[in-house]
Amino acid sequence: MTKTADVVAFERNVTKALDDGQLRRNLRSAMTTLSQRRRALFADAEAFEQLRAQGQSIRRRALSRLPELLEQLEARCTDNGIQVHWAETTAEANAICLDIIRRHGAQRVIKGKSMVSEEMHLNHFLEEQGIEALETDLGEYIIQLDGETPSHIIVPAIHKNKDQIAHLFHDRIPNAPYTEVVEELNAIARQELREKFRAGEVGVSGVNFAVAETGTLCLVENEGNGRMCTTAPPVHIALMGLEKVVEKLQDVPPLLRLLTGSATGQPITTYFNMITAPRQPDERDGPQEVHLVILDNGRSSIYGDPERRATLQCIRCGACLNHCPIYTRLGGHAYGHVYPGPIGSILTPQLEGLDEAGVMASASTFCGACEEVCPVKIPFTEILRMLRNEAYARGESEHDVKGHGYRYTTVEALSWKSWALYNTSPGLARIGSQILGKLGQHLPMIGPLKEWTRTRTSPPFAPKSLHQLAQERGLDHDR
Amino acid sequence: MTANARANILSRLRATTAQGSFAVPDAPAIAGLALNLEERIDRLRRMLETMHAEVWVVSSVAWLDELKARLRVRTLNGLLYGPGTPLGAALEAAWEENLPPLVPYVEPVEQCRERLFNVDAGITSTQGAIAENGALILWPSAAEPRLMSLTPGLHIAVLEAGTIFNTFAEAIDQQGWLEQGMPTNALLVSGPSKTADIELTLTFGVHGPKELAVLIVA
Amino acid sequence: MNDPSPASIPRPGKVYYFGTCVIDACFPQAGLAGIELLQREGVHVIFPQAQSCCGQPAHNSGFPDEARRVARHQLKAFPKDDPIVVPSGSCAGMLKHQYPHLFAHEPDLDEVRRFSSRIYELSEFMVKVLQVRLEDRGEPIKVTWHSSCHALREMAIIPYAKTLLGQLERVELVELQNERECCGFGGTFSVKQPAISAAMAGDKVNDIVQTGAARVLSTDCGCLLNIAGTLGYRQLNVPTQHLAEFILERT
Repeated sequence: MTKTADVVAFERNVTKALDDGQLRRNLRSAMTTLSQRRRALFADAEAFEQLRAQGQSIRRRALSRLPELLEQLEARCTDNGIQVHWAETTAEANAICLDIIRRHGAQRVIKGKSMVSEEMHLNHFLEEQGIEALETDLGEYIIQLDGETPSHIIVPAIHKNKDQIAHLFHDRIPNAPYTEVVEELNAIARQELREKFRAGEVGVSGVNFAVAETGTLCLVENEGNGRMCTTAPPVHIALMGLEKVVEKLQDVPPLLRLLTGSATGQPITTYFNMITAPRQPDERDGPQEVHLVILDNGRSSIYGDPERRATLQCIRCGACLNHCPIYTRLGGHAYGHVYPGPIGSILTPQLEGLDEAGVMASASTFCGACEEVCPVKIPFTEILRMLRNEAYARGESEHDVKGHGYRYTTVEALSWKSWALYNTSPGLARIGSQILGKLGQHLPMIGPLKEWTRTRTSPPFAPKSLHQLAQERGLDHDR
Repeated sequence: MTANARANILSRLRATTAQGSFAVPDAPAIAGLALNLEERIDRLRRMLETMHAEVWVVSSVAWLDELKARLRVRTLNGLLYGPGTPLGAALEAAWEENLPPLVPYVEPVEQCRERLFNVDAGITSTQGAIAENGALILWPSAAEPRLMSLTPGLHIAVLEAGTIFNTFAEAIDQQGWLEQGMPTNALLVSGPSKTADIELTLTFGVHGPKELAVLIVA
Repeated sequence: MNDPSPASIPRPGKVYYFGTCVIDACFPQAGLAGIELLQREGVHVIFPQAQSCCGQPAHNSGFPDEARRVARHQLKAFPKDDPIVVPSGSCAGMLKHQYPHLFAHEPDLDEVRRFSSRIYELSEFMVKVLQVRLEDRGEPIKVTWHSSCHALREMAIIPYAKTLLGQLERVELVELQNERECCGFGGTFSVKQPAISAAMAGDKVNDIVQTGAARVLSTDCGCLLNIAGTLGYRQLNVPTQHLAEFILERT
């Protein structure tokens, strides 16, 4: 069977990741810690169920009124003095940012952590335009130094250990001494970035929640770099996916607790930053201009289908990554796209098309660990199954996911048809199981059996099936 | 381009493309914390201390003396403050020579960037605090701008015990955030800046303050 | 769920038994053991010869039409209202929880729902409905336990299985370090993503070996096929066994 391009690329990445013992040790240790911390914070299972039922309800209520809430958000923000921009594509969003940056004659932007900016490949785009985009979150700073992309949506440099970071800093930062002491590495980054904050021209950030009721942009962070980027420069550009809006200010407290608790087991982050307006005439600091860029990039097509819409409930806590047995073994880079892990596996094929990223939906055993921890109860396995169905659905498909039917082959379709025939024809099954029982260990090692036996002994096909044994024992078979 | 984008996006969001419904389940209201004042102070203190903040619970009579005593033993190049606030007036009235000099934040940031980035300490008042998650509420203002709690290595926050709420939701509700309108910037602060980006090892003092000291005036 | 809840249905005189395709082909003794445990409690067991597979392989692989065809076949094979007992958390999960999804937009959804409401996993049925009390007659043994993901999360029947295990006085249970983590089987996942599956199975086997247990028990033969296959390939001698067979052997 010929493999599709996404499958070939993924398999190559998987082999590379699995062969990297250091990576696997780094990931296992980090994911174990993150899940233990989360479990400790949400130790009361009943209280957690109540809280996440609230989270689910808030997110679904917001999505059920999404167009109205976006209009309300825009109106409130505009009243408050925040300039709102809409972008259908990442190219449009990048152009909007460039335009703002150019208008201010800025040569450099300082960035707080934003997955939407990763989705836009904003840094790369700006650099092509001769503008430096500097990541200021420590994790993002580390991977930017190494020319990498985030491997996790919350802890972007989680795939690296301190020795690797020690070498990186020593090699790439002028005059940085070699040290493996985490506090000292941290101090080196602080020193490097402080200069940049002082001179910052344009700050860029993401948005964790946007409150329609008040036109408030909420940002969650620990390091203070997010506050720096949104406070020190004269211009602040906030980037958000259009699903990030919530209806009311009172929707924020439960979501905040769910977000920080699910992500890292913290009752709250060091800073929760709520921005409602640019600097007022009597104020002494804060940006004079605040811009909000609302990005679609395929989200509205997900929204149009009520079954797919649940994908947009996500608050990007990363808990599904931390608990995913597959993410834990591969890390984020192997997925080959911006959003890895379970959330990436349901989101990316819908944003980029199945023909680009459909293989991500097959990177799941349906173990359900992601669903168990998701703070807004996204039905991951249902959506993954839907995407697998779409991958093979030719012609008109039920959910019309971009690239549907890309994985269809006559051979695979025929083999499932035969499987169905076999399992609906008792006579055929009887003969089949007798053959299987006789041949047993002498089956030819081809197809699935070949894959199976690469690392396992062959299945121990029994000489007599349960059907046969039940009959021999005279079990009642139909009244 | 932008005008079209807006119309296109909204019209796509309004066009449902597939059958099925999108249910919005009701969620039962959660009974929040209900602690008395003493318990709220205690919980806030514990939570802040866990996050490496230093907490001093002091009386309304003694708080200034306590603050001065603690600053006297430190070598700090200055204390950034906001003149024209009750806190600023109290500091000015009580300040002494052997203390870190008071540094007023009176000019726009563009004219005092160096000073703001070099001063060792800053002191602000607070809007309140949240016992549940151990956070201070700050509403930076014209008199106490945003950077005061961000650029100095030591941030001292003065909190009136009576403004410690059980939960974030309770603070929003009882302080009437909606009714009075949101400030340009509202903040929750739960400790000195920190990171765990290297091997999840928690270290304090990244881009924001390295130390947070909270004076709870009871 | 901590405490297995009390009987939700009165003790029935007869039940259907859905043997599952993995048990049918590879572990028929486990299937028979489940039947005997039920018969021992005075329950009449009916084994419809027309039954085959629950349809999960196609349901999980992007072939819903084929999954529905096979599912409808099972509906016909178990026509009466009697409870259907399944010696697998995964297949029971498919029959009980996934069928209503699979038929969400189908005209026979109501019939499917009625069918699904009759499904019980074996250990769940033994504890919740039959309220079985076991008496251990075996030699002392140290075992470890593998929770299949669907038994753990979708069916939430692990407490029942452990209740039964706990009744065996001379059995010492040493839990796995990562008991809640998937073994990497995932049905067709094991052959569609063989490298990841093998890595997961390898870690699971290491975890098992570390317990020093003499046997690995589970409610799910799909996982055991994966675990036993990996143990065998690495020539590690820790036998695997379905819980029903283990119980029958000792009581």
